[in-house]
Amino acid sequence: MRIPFRPGAVLALLVLTASAGSAQEAAPSGDPNIAVASEENGRYFTADGIPTYNIAEDGTVDWLTYSGFRRYHAECHVCHGPDGEGSSYAPALKNSAVRMDYYDFYGVVAGGRQNVGAGHNSVMPAFGDNFNVMCYLDDIYVYLKARGTGDLPRGRPADREDKSDAIREAENACLGT
Amino acid sequence: MRRSLLLSAAVLAVGAIPVSANEALMEMMNDPGQWVIQTGDYANTRFSELDQITRENVGDLEVAWMFSTGVLRGHEGGPLVVGDMMYLTTPFPNTVYALDLANEGRIAWRYEPQQDPNVIAVMCCDTINRGVAYANDTIFLHQADTTLVALDAMTGEVKWSVKNGDAANGETNTATVMPVKDMVIVGISGGEYGVRGHVTAYDMATGEQRWRAYSTGPDEEMLVDPQATTVLGEPIGENSSIESWEGDQWQIGGGTTWGWYSYDPELDLIYYGTGNPGTWNPSQRPGDNKWSMTIMARDPDDGMAKWFYQKTPHDEWDYDGVNENILVDQEIDGQMRKLLVNFDRNGFAYTMDRETGELLVAEKYDPAVNWATEVVMDPESDQFGRPQVVADFSTRQQGEDTNTEGICPAALGTKDQQPAAFSPQTGLFYVPTNHVCMDYEPFRVSYTAGQPFVGATLSMYPAPDSHGGMGNFIAWDARTGEIKWSLPEQFSVWSGALATAGNVVFYGTLEGHLKAVDAETGEELYRFKTPSGIIGNVTTYEHDGKQYVAVLSGVGGWAGIGLAAGLTNPNEGLGAVGGYAALSDYTALGGQLTVFALPD
Repeated sequence: MRIPFRPGAVLALLVLTASAGSAQEAAPSGDPNIAVASEENGRYFTADGIPTYNIAEDGTVDWLTYSGFRRYHAECHVCHGPDGEGSSYAPALKNSAVRMDYYDFYGVVAGGRQNVGAGHNSVMPAFGDNFNVMCYLDDIYVYLKARGTGDLPRGRPADREDKSDAIREAENACLGT
Repeated sequence: MRRSLLLSAAVLAVGAIPVSANEALMEMMNDPGQWVIQTGDYANTRFSELDQITRENVGDLEVAWMFSTGVLRGHEGGPLVVGDMMYLTTPFPNTVYALDLANEGRIAWRYEPQQDPNVIAVMCCDTINRGVAYANDTIFLHQADTTLVALDAMTGEVKWSVKNGDAANGETNTATVMPVKDMVIVGISGGEYGVRGHVTAYDMATGEQRWRAYSTGPDEEMLVDPQATTVLGEPIGENSSIESWEGDQWQIGGGTTWGWYSYDPELDLIYYGTGNPGTWNPSQRPGDNKWSMTIMARDPDDGMAKWFYQKTPHDEWDYDGVNENILVDQEIDGQMRKLLVNFDRNGFAYTMDRETGELLVAEKYDPAVNWATEVVMDPESDQFGRPQVVADFSTRQQGEDTNTEGICPAALGTKDQQPAAFSPQTGLFYVPTNHVCMDYEPFRVSYTAGQPFVGATLSMYPAPDSHGGMGNFIAWDARTGEIKWSLPEQFSVWSGALATAGNVVFYGTLEGHLKAVDAETGEELYRFKTPSGIIGNVTTYEHDGKQYVAVLSGVGGWAGIGLAAGLTNPNEGLGAVGGYAALSDYTALGGQLTVFALPD
């Protein structure tokens, strides 16, 4: 699995974190954490090499965003609610994906997180050895980002790009199938 | 050594109890002033003979007192009342409170188990616990981490504890346990983690395991006799489970046992249901997947199975078969029958002969149900007892990676665990229901021990072409399989019902209302908005000659996950977004008991 890293990403994300005080605030167009700067075999990246979504004017989403919709609703929604909207006890991940650093997001999913005591009993499990999550984490991440900015409405994406051979090969390699 | 000495001393000290713990418990169940088992009685009727509160005066009901549990997440189940003591259980960390009703609800003792918080993460669908059980001066708590602990009912002191499962493999607990004779009957949760379901009997005095019956696998591990155990009147035959799976898939086959249990002391049989088969992707597990989705009748002494009935062979929709089995005696075709009535997740209500397992009635209890046309009732047919699946709504026939649309009910079921009530006065069942449909797209998943094993994408929405709400509260005649009346609700009704001799039926709503309706007409007689959404079960008891009604608030559970942000209907286009009510507009987290009474 490709985990891109460019030094510039850290600075750009710091700026974003500071400006994302309101969870409801949609990211401005041209936001460097969102805007597509490059495409590689059906995957889209920001200028800093962070995975991002690509939604055409007719609503067609890139494969990863569509796949992320499916994987999110298989692995995450039993706690975090439909469409990344949050539940009675678990946060709305559509906001977390926009607010959090990509690498931190990865870290929390892989390693889990606990907030226990003083009335709180929140535990995010560690999915680091779960292929159904880790092999699709970029998918889930870009889907949630698209939800968080408001560019992708609730529900099933209407149309999608086809799965590229490169994405299929990476998936099989990750799953070991 | 020291523990066993103390135990025998305790047994000697209370030598006045009747011959068996069972008889003592049944005597207490027959006293309507107490509420000594979560289900109200062994038959699971949730009916009380108390009649101070009537349909004439229930409108005057007032809040008598309240108690905060100190825990925020979903509160299912309800309080027990044993003598002057009330016992309350919270979601994780599963604190147990003993409240002294003779002393204005002072906390007589509390027990807070130490559990690894990592168990929270492997509990699908919130950290629910449906309450403690009582028998033989002992409180039985089955914790989230599957530790079964016996507490002295007067002091809260631990008598013994035993581990029923392994949370590292996704085995957890949400259910209460059922005391029967000198044993406690204990189930297991984890159907979304590839857990292989089982039911276990533990010695009430020592915690020693008596027997364990798996839901899937070899006959001897399921405690099935190929000749003596029957299915719809015929011998079950050899290897009935193993032959209904491919390879060794039965080992991660699901069929967990997290619902309610009932017991018929006369027939000496216990009844319960098994949950969904492992992975929600049916293409990955060809076959009938026995004995998931099954009503089981067993001998409590040795666990041997008397009869099975599989409601949803080869599940394709996550219609867990764990809902309560209500035992009533009613007349059908001029003949008194010993009935078992089950409102299944799949939307069919089954009326069976509980002695033989004969199928008498199987009808839809929500007209929206569409995944099957009927259950075949002709014993001569090779489809006898099987639902007739509609190809358009079959996620297996539509196939992997296909989004099958418009299936009713949704995976929530027409009813989930929220228990129904039965009134012998009206002969009717009062059933809290969901009125939600779904799109379902199965896809391939791999199994990792202790990780979710789901394999389907779901979107849910209110039943189309109906009243727009997500629930109904209905009155049902199980003799004929007909709805007598139906009250539309904005949200799923996720609270257990209570019927009383005052001809009143109580239930809670997800907005937080406690409602009282007329048992005959369904007319609303009273409502009060409690601090949080109600997913607990309504109970009643008497203290100092006065009738009380009690219910836990504390939104959560699957309802709190699915409905918090509201639902959208993908088939109505983008304009429908936000068109349906969001639970978060009505209520927030918070566990609290509210107790009601008539003014003096």
